[in-house]
Amino acid sequence: MLKFPIYLDYHATTPVDERVLEAMLPYFREHFGNAASRNHSFGWVAEEAVEKARKQVAALINASPKEIVFTSGATESNNLAIKGVAEMYAEKGDHIITAATEHKSVLDTCKRLEKRGFRVTYLPVRPDGLIDLDQLRDAITDRTILVSIMYGNNEIGTVQDIRTIGQICHEKGVLFHTDGTQAAGKIPVDVIADNIDLMSFTAHKMYGPKGVGALYVRRKNPRVQLTAQIDGGGHERGMRSGTLNVPGIVGFGKAAELCQQLMPEEMARLQRLRDKLKDGILAQLDEVYINGTMERRLPHNLNMSFAYVEGESLLMGINDIAVSSGSACTSATLEPSYVLKALGAGDDLAHSSIRFGLGRFTTEEEIDYTIGKVVEVVKKLRELSPLYEMVKEGIDLSKVEWTAH
Amino acid sequence: MAYSDKVLDHYNNPRNVGSLDKNDPNVGTGLVGAPECGDVMKLQIKVNPETGIIEDAKFKTFGCGSAIASSSLATELIKGKTIDEAMQLKNTVIVNELSLPPVKIHCSVLAEDAIKAAIEDYKRKAAVHSTAAQSA
Repeated sequence: MLKFPIYLDYHATTPVDERVLEAMLPYFREHFGNAASRNHSFGWVAEEAVEKARKQVAALINASPKEIVFTSGATESNNLAIKGVAEMYAEKGDHIITAATEHKSVLDTCKRLEKRGFRVTYLPVRPDGLIDLDQLRDAITDRTILVSIMYGNNEIGTVQDIRTIGQICHEKGVLFHTDGTQAAGKIPVDVIADNIDLMSFTAHKMYGPKGVGALYVRRKNPRVQLTAQIDGGGHERGMRSGTLNVPGIVGFGKAAELCQQLMPEEMARLQRLRDKLKDGILAQLDEVYINGTMERRLPHNLNMSFAYVEGESLLMGINDIAVSSGSACTSATLEPSYVLKALGAGDDLAHSSIRFGLGRFTTEEEIDYTIGKVVEVVKKLRELSPLYEMVKEGIDLSKVEWTAH
Repeated sequence: MAYSDKVLDHYNNPRNVGSLDKNDPNVGTGLVGAPECGDVMKLQIKVNPETGIIEDAKFKTFGCGSAIASSSLATELIKGKTIDEAMQLKNTVIVNELSLPPVKIHCSVLAEDAIKAAIEDYKRKAAVHSTAAQSA
């Protein structure tokens, strides 16, 4: 039985897995202690739970537990990594390299640092969504202290060549941070093999609770130091003060453990469903474009542009399916997705894009329904579209003099 | 964003969708907006040259639900009106009728522009037509 609305927005957030919730519950009332209370059993129980979770989270990415700093989420982790490195290594250099398709919590953090006098290079991406590694090499100078390139993109799901990027950084003696929010728990991430020095990730993208994240901070080869951004009681080895969110952290640990166990099976299942969705739509509609390469992509992501159909009107037509669009109308800023614009596809295709994010609870039935519904609504909206009509009449839309407004 | 019932109604059952023969001298075509801005409206009117009454109106819109609803409503509002009356139609009528939120007011402005562009196109064609008739 299909249950509506169908949730296909797993890049935005995920529901808490029942097993995760079960693990968390005792830490709200029964074991409510402060993990920093050193002199009674309430504190010891809480601390023990946190340390168990730290091991589970570390194991997911092949880190050591001491390299995990718990935060409030990936936005905070990105802020801590980038600002913390910039401040700590300011004497060594003042140059940071990132990419145009990063999450706002990376881009806006870099913009703030620019105001403070740092220099930032925003690497463009190729039409496939990946950065050019030679461009990265050329951008690194003796003033560069940090490279921050995300693992898997939150809109188009493209997976950068993190291992090689990390290798380039290590050869040049530059620290490498990656925003692993969409990748951790979904595809194999190994901070050692991938040459990662700092990695942000968060529980709520992997069936854990909202409000808890982590920053991996490498402790050897090289030992990374950070200037804390939140001062206080010196929690998390002085890198992030504030009473630990024990139930959240316990949930994060359990979520990480489940992701690690289920990953091979989950990846294969979601990739098959994602490909079914893609092929099902492509077989029935013309002029549908896939944004970003399919070669290096998160298995549960699909991002498509339906030419001549505006994204918000499409969302309105498929309102029993929860997805998101790169259309300006769906954003607070009224600007179309900067990620899609960075691919050079043109604003019109950004306005026409839909992001599908599949996840643990996505069923084959839901995918079958989605294919049918999307095809039906796109066809209907194309009947309504003056652009589709013009193209069918043989008019080249790029030659039309539009009245931009 | 939550849509008003009227927007939903026009989105689900758009009125007067389609195209008129743009080569007909009595048909005026307005095409406004731009694909990179996320909305393009084509609004066409068929005018009775004797009475100046808009006897038919059709639209096609690429845009969000509010843009589709605004243009659908616009065709309803101008049908049966004279071109002079239709020229007076203000976007605020559409805003009120559809309860458009502030971020969607530009959709109603675009619909007003589309009506004006269609009327101007009709007038231009009528002028050319009468000049052609005189010189013949």
